[in-house]
Amino acid sequence: MERDKNFILGIYEDEDVLKNAVSTVRESGIKIHEVYTPYPIHGLEDVLGYKRSRLPIAAFLFGMLGTSLALTMQIYMLGIDWPMIIGGKDHIALPAFIPVTFELTVLLAAFGMVGVFFVTTNLKPWAQPRIFDERSTDDKHVMAIDIANNASLELDRIKDVLRGSGAVEVNNKNFD
Amino acid sequence: MQVTSHDQNPPVTSSVREPLVTGGKTYGDVTYDIARHVEGAPTKSWMIGLAVSISVLLLGGLALVTTLWEGIGTWGLNKTVGWAWDITNFVWWVGIGHAGTLISAVLLLFRQKWRTSINRAAEAMTIFAVMCAALFPLIHMGRPWIGAIWVFPLPNTFGSLWVNFNSPLLWDVFAISTYFSVSLVFWYIGLIPDFATIRDRATGLRKNIYGALSMGWDGAARSWMRYESVSLILAGLATPLVLSVHTIVSMDFATSVIPGWHTTIFPPYFVAGAIFSGFAMVLTLMIITRKLFKLENYITIGHIELMNIVIIITGSIVGIAYITELFVAWYSGVPGEQYAFLNRISGPYAWAYWIMMTCNVISPQVFWIKKIRTSIVATFILSIVVNIGMWFERFVIIVTSLHRDYLPSSWAMFYPTIYDVGLYLFTFGLFFTLFLLFAKFFPVINMSEIKAVLKSSSDKTNK
Repeated sequence: MERDKNFILGIYEDEDVLKNAVSTVRESGIKIHEVYTPYPIHGLEDVLGYKRSRLPIAAFLFGMLGTSLALTMQIYMLGIDWPMIIGGKDHIALPAFIPVTFELTVLLAAFGMVGVFFVTTNLKPWAQPRIFDERSTDDKHVMAIDIANNASLELDRIKDVLRGSGAVEVNNKNFD
Repeated sequence: MQVTSHDQNPPVTSSVREPLVTGGKTYGDVTYDIARHVEGAPTKSWMIGLAVSISVLLLGGLALVTTLWEGIGTWGLNKTVGWAWDITNFVWWVGIGHAGTLISAVLLLFRQKWRTSINRAAEAMTIFAVMCAALFPLIHMGRPWIGAIWVFPLPNTFGSLWVNFNSPLLWDVFAISTYFSVSLVFWYIGLIPDFATIRDRATGLRKNIYGALSMGWDGAARSWMRYESVSLILAGLATPLVLSVHTIVSMDFATSVIPGWHTTIFPPYFVAGAIFSGFAMVLTLMIITRKLFKLENYITIGHIELMNIVIIITGSIVGIAYITELFVAWYSGVPGEQYAFLNRISGPYAWAYWIMMTCNVISPQVFWIKKIRTSIVATFILSIVVNIGMWFERFVIIVTSLHRDYLPSSWAMFYPTIYDVGLYLFTFGLFFTLFLLFAKFFPVINMSEIKAVLKSSSDKTNK
């Protein structure tokens, strides 16, 4: 069977039931494609076994880039390219350069990180997301299981596990 | 909301804390209550509000056009008082913006869940207030179409003469533009999941518009994990940023040698004042919004009370700062400094000083009485009083310090012209027009964050 086409959906109503269900489902050897929720649930990524996001590293690197760009720019412009004595300060008056350096550090860290976030999460105005169940942005949690990824298991068994773990509905969803 | 697993994971409830969401709301109710304002036809009161705002905007726009056409000679400035309403309005609006970032970023870091009901609107307020603020330095350049470019360090034809990085006014350019763009991004990131909610409820053109705005958000656990990570770091970045912005604004004055401005306590004093006036503006807006959109179950008396407590704290800090200024002026033994403050208290602008003292120091103290800080009418009136006081604070600092020049022959008074008033009105029109458009077309309360705290903090689970 082709991958990424045919899914079984478990619909949950409560976040704690969902978290326990994710553990139960994974323990019974079923591979979860993804869980879709209307709001962030703390600890869900842990039971799903996701690695921690590395976005903080991206933010740090972009921040450092901002710091060095800002310092280089100010030192070059006022210290090298067109030195002037302003208020009796040195040409390269580092304490006076701190505010602009700080602002550019924050600016680049924020925009760089958000840029990486958009790219990794595939967020763009023309994106056509695959919606498994429209209630997943309203009041239901949706656990999607790719049938092709669990070929060794019987469909009925998967559905039983989902129902047993507290799913209020178990549905099929096919994308063509 | 169906809660089936209390025995496994009991929600964190407290008999001491007030519920954040009342009315026994379910997740579906939250979506419905907030999304229906975006989906439904505009209400009559909203239309009237928008009509008034646009009228004020157009009326004030006449002053803007005249200023651009004639130059800033239309303002009431003179050789002695070279800065007056323009920078007063600038500092006032920037200060108002600070509450939005405080609520969305600082309270996120402090894990204050009550921020969820008000953060969206407060951040919108920040963005619109900073836009109003930025207008004043922009037009005071006289030819903003040139000046707006010259403030940035761009290669130019003047023998590569660069901008002066030693000047607090230039720091302001970087601080305000960074503040505006980071706030905008922070606000937009928070809006994405809610746009997706509206997209999934909509059909036709609205589905396409909100689909594009939601950028293909699917609510996957992996996306939420990254979203949470981004929100936390943006909050961590915005927190020092918001402190830096008003610090730098205060340095516009504090690094000068004008008696009354040359004060080392300006940065913390300005930041406290900014949060003070910002919370007052949030209260003004929220009291109108909750009434207009019937959001009493989301913006509860509890929220209003908590914001009033912030007003007491920051108002008291501002009061202490005023008294410290007087003490330091006396204790410094510098005659010029002492005169500047005596002149504030008893000079020709004493009326402005005492309006400031009454509105900012005395009036917020009535919030110590629980009955007053939980009264909507009293809060609404006082929130406006506080912002009148904060406008006068900036006016007093700026104009009374300048109007007594070093030479008595240069002493002067400042009288605003109709164009000064008109420009101030223009920013009010702009602010309220943008806010009303936001309140209609964007989800005014952060649905996904409310849902995230619903289980632990609604009155349904507290029972």
